[in-house]
Amino acid sequence: MSPPLLGVEEEGQSNVSSPSVDCMSQNGLGLKERNYLGLSDCSSVDSSGVSSLPEDNKNLNLKATELRLGLPGSQSPERETELCLLNVGKFDEKALFPLLPSKDGICSSSQKSVITGNKRGFSDTLDGFSAVKGSVYTEKDWMFHGAGSDYEFPQPVAHGKYPGNSGVNVMLSARSSGAQASVKNDGPATVLQEQPCSTNETNLNQIGISNNNSAPAAKAQVVGWPPIRSFRTKTLANSSKNNDEVDGKPGPGALFVKVSMDGAPYLRKVDLRTYSTYGELSSALEKMFSCFTLGQFGSHGAPGKELLSESTLKDLLHGSEYVLTYEDKDGDWMLVGDVPWEMFIETCKRLKTMKSADAIGLAPRSMEKSKNSNWKDYSGYDR
Amino acid sequence: MLWVSRKTIKMNYFPDEVLEHMFFFITSHKDRNSVSLVCKSWYKIERYSRQRVFIGNCYSISPERLIARFPGLKSLTLKGKPHFADFNLVPHEWGGFVYPWIEALAKSRIGLEELRLKRMVVSDESLEFLSKSFVNFKSLVLVSCEGFTTDGLAAIAANCRFLRELDLQENEVDDQRGHWLSCFPESCTSLVTLNFACLKGEINLGALERLVVRSPNLKSLRLNHAVPLDTLQKLLMQAPQLVDLGTGSYVDDPSSEAYSKLKSVFQRCKSIRSLSGFFEVAPHCMSAIYPICRNLTFLNLSYAPGLHGNELTKLIQHCRKLQRLWILDCIGDKGLGVVASTCKELQELRVFPSDLGPGNAAMTEEGLVLLSEGCPKLNSLLYFCQQMTNAALITVAKNCPNFIRFRLCILDPVKCDPVTNQPLDEGFGAIVHFCKGLKRLSLTGLLTDQVFNYIGMYAEQLEMLSIAFAGDSDEGMLYVLNGCKKLRKLEIMKSRFGNAALLEDMGKYEAMRSLWMSSCEVTLGGCKTLAEKMPRLSVEIINESEQMEFSHDDRQKVDKMYLYRTLVGHRKDSPAFVCIL
Repeated sequence: MSPPLLGVEEEGQSNVSSPSVDCMSQNGLGLKERNYLGLSDCSSVDSSGVSSLPEDNKNLNLKATELRLGLPGSQSPERETELCLLNVGKFDEKALFPLLPSKDGICSSSQKSVITGNKRGFSDTLDGFSAVKGSVYTEKDWMFHGAGSDYEFPQPVAHGKYPGNSGVNVMLSARSSGAQASVKNDGPATVLQEQPCSTNETNLNQIGISNNNSAPAAKAQVVGWPPIRSFRTKTLANSSKNNDEVDGKPGPGALFVKVSMDGAPYLRKVDLRTYSTYGELSSALEKMFSCFTLGQFGSHGAPGKELLSESTLKDLLHGSEYVLTYEDKDGDWMLVGDVPWEMFIETCKRLKTMKSADAIGLAPRSMEKSKNSNWKDYSGYDR
Repeated sequence: MLWVSRKTIKMNYFPDEVLEHMFFFITSHKDRNSVSLVCKSWYKIERYSRQRVFIGNCYSISPERLIARFPGLKSLTLKGKPHFADFNLVPHEWGGFVYPWIEALAKSRIGLEELRLKRMVVSDESLEFLSKSFVNFKSLVLVSCEGFTTDGLAAIAANCRFLRELDLQENEVDDQRGHWLSCFPESCTSLVTLNFACLKGEINLGALERLVVRSPNLKSLRLNHAVPLDTLQKLLMQAPQLVDLGTGSYVDDPSSEAYSKLKSVFQRCKSIRSLSGFFEVAPHCMSAIYPICRNLTFLNLSYAPGLHGNELTKLIQHCRKLQRLWILDCIGDKGLGVVASTCKELQELRVFPSDLGPGNAAMTEEGLVLLSEGCPKLNSLLYFCQQMTNAALITVAKNCPNFIRFRLCILDPVKCDPVTNQPLDEGFGAIVHFCKGLKRLSLTGLLTDQVFNYIGMYAEQLEMLSIAFAGDSDEGMLYVLNGCKKLRKLEIMKSRFGNAALLEDMGKYEAMRSLWMSSCEVTLGGCKTLAEKMPRLSVEIINESEQMEFSHDDRQKVDKMYLYRTLVGHRKDSPAFVCIL
């Protein structure tokens, strides 16, 4: 009875081949981009993705089962016409909760960003974060979506913020994670673990959650989710603002800095004052991000995939593939570990794991540190 | 047979005064309602003696009919907007205005003493009108309301001479000035409860201190974030008899004089059983609270993201008598383990999501399982988490069969069991199967129609069900509607339920308070059919905003539908974006 699940190459699915398969080929996971919105601007959809159209009746079925948000200004008739293209490649008849009105569901190769209506296609939001940069969003934004307007516009990727509920969107599309999922799309975390994308396409594309080809980071929100009273979200947002203001001040205040981990679906924050050595910080980070790795894959990982297992995570943090870096007061990205701890916590503004390859040019281990001139060039990692 | 009729005759000889005296002991609304249905004389006696009335949906009845039936009314509870309004699903101007009620009550001879409102729109005019209309007005409780400013509060303070209770919980209040506290006259010495924790603005600290000094009966005091720690210390010196305390901003240097005074005054506050507040908290100042922790039965740290890790667990380890705990998810699974081993009397737990997550902030099924193993008395749960497994839910259900309220919110709303990749049907099925007294349930996670089958089969006491992103077909909703005989409120968002389910048993909705369906498969035509066939239901279609035109295409899916039973027909105060079919 259970409907075909997303992102799953299964029996019976082949006739509705997802155009996104083409784009996903690098993926091998069989994860498909999905258009959960079933709305919006078809023209923005990459036509290359639309390799095979389902039959009309299938189209209708899908259309009929499309859930939609009642967006201001968006009218049903428009949706109807646009649905055809958008439904392509969707073999999940189950409600694809249309979170966002924009294009979707098809090939993920273009970097085009399409905004239709007030909401962004989910993968619009995801694509903004390239694999290199990882995809992150602040939990804060995500949680507190209810606080403000129902619709928010994309934020520049540079802020390193993953728009609000796009994380949620990711998860929603992970409906595919069901019994038959050959890939467990349990959540953004898991999926994101799946191999770093070989191209500039985001990791997210692999998730099949990532519905979309392109698009700069956008804030996608599901109205009404998560179910938290707006009073609460506003109050907590204010108090965390106060906490931020305390950053850097000596004394009893906490010293929170954002930590973005390559491949993790959202940012975390750590209070640097709770640690007294680099070792403590590093093990805390390990623990913090380990929730993205454990129990997610079982034996279903498709071959060729690098799963972010616990050991890989350790390697990431301690090994050669990734390095832990921080942004200092000047806006420069430095390797963690060079300076004494007290000096570090006074100057550290943000933490981030970066691929070693990208970290070339960052202040190399202590010896070069004094040569300031060279690495000002690399202060552009403004994520 | 003869014996039966003799018994009947005997009952009729009871004078009214005796019956009235008997009814005095019947306080629950349900029981009172039942009593009134026995016979005409009981109905009459009951209605004259009823002092407290609860109206779960302010549009189900009119103030005039209320007044006509219960002339002895002293305490009125009203609820306005549907529950999902909390999550921004209902536009602000939808309705739920209290003014017409106050106006009608003021015109009548009702001696109103208490007004409790939830999710209603309360204007300053209403508050002023209220404050001037009822001489003996004693108690105002506003929960999740909006539409008023501190000017309205000033009117209440100034005019209600015998005010005992002013309790503001999580309202959206516009703070005009901090002077409202000064509006309590010097003659006002009757305060028992003062809760202004939700106010955002500054407070006249001097006025607050003087008010507390002249309120010897004060038992419950909840401050807002603008009240600093040293004021808290001064207030507690004057009110060591407090039972319920909500701190303001709890930040100071541990070496300060104010803090050391606070430490000693806390030792004198032997009556405090309930503690909340801590907007802004300095973890190093928590040790002052340890003396009160051992007697605490309610602890609310859900607005204190600054408290986590060791400081948090140390605090909890002092709270051995805790019955209700509201906390943020920065406690982590391990922290819940500490709760489980310390708080053996725990009955209610709420774990809210926070945005700051240092360390193991993410809650998973592990924390819940630990909790269920340590706290078998658990009967009420609200749990926001990253993931859940069927195995965990089954374990929890078996460990804690006493659940009355079970609300699970997996932040990824369609996440399946990460271990087995199965939907969470079996887990929730176990909850409804083992917890025979379950009255309220909220589901999340990947869920098929099967879970609704279980709910329909086992959840016999279920009164309120919240569904999001769940189910496969109309069957799911039908299982629930057919099986849950006591269902009163059903709210559904983004699920695949459509007209077939909606229209199968339309009479059922008259036995329920309300039904909410948003982003489902229900069409305008289906809603129209329902509205036509059921004149005692009000079927509202809510559009996002005024710009949207109401389509006339019956095949169009309805974005938001809210229907409720009503004895007074369609309401007259609906805004343009609401269409009542």
